[in-house]
Amino acid sequence: MTAAKTVLSAQEIGRTLARMAHEITEKNPDCSQIILVGIITRGVPLARRLADKIKTITGVDVPHGSLDITFYRDDIQSKGPDLNAGRTDINHDINGKTLILVDDVLFTGRSIRAAIDAVMDIGRPGRIQLAVLLDRGHRELPIRPDYIGKNIPTARGERVRVKLSETDGEDHASVVEGG
Amino acid sequence: MDTVEKKFRGRHLLKISDLTADEIMGLLNTAYKFKDVSEREIKKVPTLRGKTIVSLFYEASTRTRTSFEIAGKRLSADVINISTSSSSVTKGETFKDTVLNIAAMKPDAIVVRHPSPGAPAYAARIAGCSVINGGDGANAHPTQALLDLMTIHEKKGGVEDLKVAIVGDILHSRVARSNINALKMFGAEVTVCAPPTLLPHGVGALGVKVTHNIHEAVADKDVVMMLRIQTERMQQGLFPSLREYSEHFCLSAKVLKSARPDVLIMHPGPINRGVEIASDVADGPYSLILSQVTHGVAMRMAVLYLLCGGAES
Amino acid sequence: MSETILIKNGRVIDPSRGVDGVQDVLVKDGAVAAMGKDLAATGAKIIEAKGLVVSPGFIDLHVHLREPGFEYKETIATGSMAAAAGGFTAVCCMANTKPVNDNASVTRFILEKAAAVNGARVYPIGAITKGLKGEELAEIGEMKKAGVVALSDDGRCVMDARVLRHAMDYAAMFGLTIVEHCEDEHLVKGGVMNEGETSARLGIKGMPAIAENVIARRDIDIAAYLKRPVHIAHISTRGAVESVRAAKAAGTAVTCEAAPHHFTITEKNLESFDANYKMNPPLRTEDDLAAVKEGLRDGTIDCIATDHAPHAKWEKELEIDHAPYGIVGLETALGLSMQLVRDGVFGLPRLVELLSTNPARIFGLPGGMLKEGAVADICIFDPEKKWTVDPAEFVSAGKNTPFAGWELSGKNCLTIVGGRIVYNPSNL
Repeated sequence: MTAAKTVLSAQEIGRTLARMAHEITEKNPDCSQIILVGIITRGVPLARRLADKIKTITGVDVPHGSLDITFYRDDIQSKGPDLNAGRTDINHDINGKTLILVDDVLFTGRSIRAAIDAVMDIGRPGRIQLAVLLDRGHRELPIRPDYIGKNIPTARGERVRVKLSETDGEDHASVVEGG
Repeated sequence: MDTVEKKFRGRHLLKISDLTADEIMGLLNTAYKFKDVSEREIKKVPTLRGKTIVSLFYEASTRTRTSFEIAGKRLSADVINISTSSSSVTKGETFKDTVLNIAAMKPDAIVVRHPSPGAPAYAARIAGCSVINGGDGANAHPTQALLDLMTIHEKKGGVEDLKVAIVGDILHSRVARSNINALKMFGAEVTVCAPPTLLPHGVGALGVKVTHNIHEAVADKDVVMMLRIQTERMQQGLFPSLREYSEHFCLSAKVLKSARPDVLIMHPGPINRGVEIASDVADGPYSLILSQVTHGVAMRMAVLYLLCGGAES
Repeated sequence: MSETILIKNGRVIDPSRGVDGVQDVLVKDGAVAAMGKDLAATGAKIIEAKGLVVSPGFIDLHVHLREPGFEYKETIATGSMAAAAGGFTAVCCMANTKPVNDNASVTRFILEKAAAVNGARVYPIGAITKGLKGEELAEIGEMKKAGVVALSDDGRCVMDARVLRHAMDYAAMFGLTIVEHCEDEHLVKGGVMNEGETSARLGIKGMPAIAENVIARRDIDIAAYLKRPVHIAHISTRGAVESVRAAKAAGTAVTCEAAPHHFTITEKNLESFDANYKMNPPLRTEDDLAAVKEGLRDGTIDCIATDHAPHAKWEKELEIDHAPYGIVGLETALGLSMQLVRDGVFGLPRLVELLSTNPARIFGLPGGMLKEGAVADICIFDPEKKWTVDPAEFVSAGKNTPFAGWELSGKNCLTIVGGRIVYNPSNL
């Protein structure tokens, strides 16, 4: 068995998200223009939690939704088709809004590229921002997050695992050696 | 000219049994997502960018050909249609040569519709790319069965234990055969209804209930699928007249009364109003005929994605 | 040139005389000169046949040699050589050439072509009706004079019973047997495979067994009424076999043949949509196959005939609706038939009877026996030899077989026609 090193405990995840919510409200004084869009799978509960925290901070109900990027990936050719696509559900007009993409881990940046393309096919947001719980480095595309929960240095071969209570029964983030 | 790419290791869709039940559920899931795409303003995803799909149709078809074309285009693939009303025998170039010539242009998939059963299967052996059966003789029409399955699944939430009647020319119907296979795979109970002359000898092999009485066929059914009747069959002496056929096998509002109150009416099209289906039934509240067409695009997008969406993992 | 040949130590089988044992056979001047133990002959070519079967040459009552008209499928030369390779010393070629063999000049053409070939003998079968149309009688008397050995519209049935009745009567005057392709054309129209559960599932157009049954019964009735012989070609259904069995019991002069594919494979193979499984009569069910085997065993079926039907490769690669019917059979007949011997359906003597003695008797042809003075039409085969069917190795121009890749046991080693060795690839 490979050793798993905890990078965020459940408590730390909660605190981190609270801080990120504050940063979002600071950077976007008019919260009514924000839409939080979680990238399927774990970005979705994170977006919902951020919306809850923003509501606590500002009293504003920030809309949140989910985004599936299966059909926008650039590795379809090598990975093959995936019949388990999730449902993109953004029940609001995104045109002109500040759309904040939310994901658990930022790695090469390729998923975010796909997500940006997917969003652009739905509408034309005024701006797109990016919020990630963990940034593990190793970018392959010029993509820079606006809100980072935690920077963690990783080796390329390591795996970063984020568990959330909504999807995995507990909140926990760890780095696993090897792969 | 005889050498073909033996190294092709991709997949074909020639018949329902080429797919597992899990894969079909995956296709349904994917098709629902593509249905969402079709309802957006930008009805396109980049999924099959750079892929080429050729549809090779040896039979007249508006629905299926257009459906595949739109499906391919919504996936950003390049779609080229080749339609020929004549069979290879009269055209002068054999089917094999036509397929090999198209294959030499390196498409990623070829959709084949052909009046002769097994023609897509033959194309699959020689084409060196994915071949999708767009309907071959009376043999199979797998994408039609999949879109029908989706249509039923969307309304009923599932297929298991549903009672389905298929009424019409079963003998010559690839739609019936593929639907029977798909519905049975998911545990539906299928009844076929036709005059004995329009049922295959050996119909028992299909594993369905058989009746010649449309009232009996429709009674207590969750789904009633009507099939198009072709006047050609009359000339073959299989029934005396459209009028008499209609008298016995037309789905009218009156006949429909014995079905379940939430019955679904389906028809693969094109419909003959007043022959196999009464006009008011075709346009009525139970009719899903246009929904089938919508699902056709979504399901064919899913099928193209499955077959052309990259190497097997 | 005919030479003196001494075949040593082979297992000599002649069902016509109940001979089955190891002995020598001396061939001289185109005939069997002597048979017995420890024969010697100075200057004779010695063929060591220990462990091999020495049989009267096989006779195939049903082949299509395609010439004239379809030389791209097969020629009389390639067909005759293919026959020799398969152990056949004589073949009877059907009349559905282009032009049809419905007159003496076509008959003579075939015989002239055949005379130039150093292979199996070729006996033309004349058409029953002009152009195989089933309407007017062909010039039967003239064709007989030119050399036809039987009459058939094979490929098509004589649908008009009145025409068939007159043909049987008229042909009798010349001692010619009518060979009938028993198939009601209306019942099989456009059909590709046997009608039944497999065709129902696959949506392939069916050819019902009743199409064969009703015509077999009709023809037997007509033959019985006229007290004329009739030979039923390529019998394939239980119904037809049972009709023949009953007719024979009643004393009707009916004979019939079965093709190896009809006692070897079934309609199930059509699931591959491979046109090499498309034949006429179509491959039938397990039950029909069992009936054919039983018929071969109990004598209801008189002989094995291949219905050798060569086609060009591209023709069999057409869509199954358009691909022509038929497969080649001359070079696989022995291997496939030997399976019935290994399965215990019957013994080797019965096999030789089915492949040689009986066909000679049915059309009144020379051969079919091994005795002093008989024509030296002989094949020597290895009943145990294992080999794999590779169409590329066929002598026939036709490579259309569903048995490619099959491992068979039993192969012809040497063929002698009229005292001349025409096939001897391993130089025995």
